[in-house]
Amino acid sequence: MDFSLDKKHEMARSLFREFAENEAKPLAQEVDETEEFPMETVKKMQKYGFMGIPVPKEYGGQGADPLTYVMCVEELSKVCGTTGVIVSAHTSLCIDPILTYGTEEQKQKYVKPLASGEKIGAFALTEPGAGTDAQGAQTKAVLDGDEWILNGSKCFITNGKVADVYIVIAITSVTEDKRGRKKKNFSAFIVDKGAPGFSFGTKEKKMGIRGSSTYELIFEDCRIPKDNLLGPEGKGFPIAMHTLDGGRIGIAAQALGIAEGALERAVAYTKERKQFGRSIAQQQNTQFKLADMATRVEAAQMLVYKAAMAKATQKVYSVEAAKAKLFAAETAMAVTTEVVQLFGGYGYIREYDVERMMRDAKITEIYEGTSEVQRMVISGALLK
Amino acid sequence: MKIVVCVKQVPDTKGGVKFNPDGTLDRAAMLTIMNPDDKAGLEAALRLKDKYDAEVTVLTMGLPKADEVLREAIAMGADHGILVTDRVLGGADTWATSTTIAGAIRNLEYDLIITGRQAIDGDTAQVGPQIAEHLGLPVISYAQDIKIEGDSVVVQRQYEDRYHELKVKMPCLITALSELNEPRYMTPGGIFDAYEKEVTVWGRADLKDVDDSNLGLKGSPTKIAKASDKVRKGAGEKVTLDAEEAVAYLMGKFKEKHVI
Repeated sequence: MDFSLDKKHEMARSLFREFAENEAKPLAQEVDETEEFPMETVKKMQKYGFMGIPVPKEYGGQGADPLTYVMCVEELSKVCGTTGVIVSAHTSLCIDPILTYGTEEQKQKYVKPLASGEKIGAFALTEPGAGTDAQGAQTKAVLDGDEWILNGSKCFITNGKVADVYIVIAITSVTEDKRGRKKKNFSAFIVDKGAPGFSFGTKEKKMGIRGSSTYELIFEDCRIPKDNLLGPEGKGFPIAMHTLDGGRIGIAAQALGIAEGALERAVAYTKERKQFGRSIAQQQNTQFKLADMATRVEAAQMLVYKAAMAKATQKVYSVEAAKAKLFAAETAMAVTTEVVQLFGGYGYIREYDVERMMRDAKITEIYEGTSEVQRMVISGALLK
Repeated sequence: MKIVVCVKQVPDTKGGVKFNPDGTLDRAAMLTIMNPDDKAGLEAALRLKDKYDAEVTVLTMGLPKADEVLREAIAMGADHGILVTDRVLGGADTWATSTTIAGAIRNLEYDLIITGRQAIDGDTAQVGPQIAEHLGLPVISYAQDIKIEGDSVVVQRQYEDRYHELKVKMPCLITALSELNEPRYMTPGGIFDAYEKEVTVWGRADLKDVDDSNLGLKGSPTKIAKASDKVRKGAGEKVTLDAEEAVAYLMGKFKEKHVI
């Protein structure tokens, strides 16, 4: 077992780090303050292939692997959590399901422009009444001749208004089992921006990742071509769950990056900050805290990389993804909270990035499956 | 159109400098980057590739580890990489280096050779023009803009408060300034390709029309008397005295230090 990265992954990391430092870091504070989507950065990421890293070249991607993609999200998130999640939602939640379940025509039509960076993608499962309990969703789709008609709304959608392509999960039938219990059957659809009857609701004002475009999607007799059904009819729920398994690895990488970014800043700050005549890094309290954080961060990195490798080599990687996301998210929250404490009053001031990182970290424990959901997935596999 | 770009792997100045006992740089022990002027030269070549479909070959001389800088160049978009490496070539100064590189380039077809103006480790700015001299080519140094016009290049050469515009028939050699452009990033797919591609490795035996007496440490007229890292100076001493006392104080110090 070798834990060192090979040369091409090392080089990829140096690329992502250089890009993050030069392009994303200088804008991170402004993106947070203004809540503006960092379109200029995204355009640059499109140009350099960051929006299609684990996608085969034949579909316009970079032909790299999930580990490379994970390192990209990690390095971006070290300096800007918003930029990290834009890549993650686009790649894991929109491209991946089309690549996995799409027909050849769908891959040509949608994956190519998404992976090559002409278009941005999003994924819509959550509804006002259906978060962790995704079965509670209400959005419906009915086939009418050559078109599906969608009705309902989706909320908290990352890349909401900026996306061009949306994966939407909707009920296509309700069946009764032998005991007469009703079961909703979901299907997955590919919806283009501009489809008739598709509009945007309110933009959410968030605690963190404030530059990511989070919107409500509204479907009022929204008509999409019959061919935009993704995968078999009635299989939308397993498609959504499998998609989220991949998505969780992306969010785990985002959380890991936020934790690493905060720790790096803590190391630099505690060496410089003097109290009682010496740097606070010379106080054993600080040293022990830094040691604990570094250990946790490395453990998180191992879980995240292991999950990325599992995605590359295994058909099912739900447990690896759940463990990585659970641990990395809780690490991000714990580390950023501790780093703010080490910074003291300065940690509470927006000028110092760590308070933003603490706000950004919180969402990683919530979206794409809360930490509680991850525990359900992990224990469910244990007790099977 | 065929372009050869010469690049050098240089120490990353952020990582600290280490020396061998003989005063030459211990390159194996240092973090490295592609020399900035060379990277601008590569970017210039890649722009010509984008525009005129040129074929770009990147060449470097160095330790086997210098293969990394070629992979980086390929990941940015270069077509081929050639590493010239051999124990007998080690410890070369600018003369031996340019002799070696010219010997390698004699094996290649080219319309244009681009090098960086100078490397951030040696700072001589000699190797590029020396290569041109060995190959009998015209050289335009300090290029801040490069255009192709038919079978010629039109180059703006930086010159103090102005620039010279020179038109030269190809083949020729140009040395590039880092101000020439902003080099592109690599792409993730480019990195994966770069590690699948073969980098050509040449040794002494592959060099054409060169004499052993002009190669390596033995073939280097430059002898290094002493080399050292930057030493931090102390904070110094601050004294507040009136003019007469200050002069007396200074004269005393000068005598103490044998300045006068």
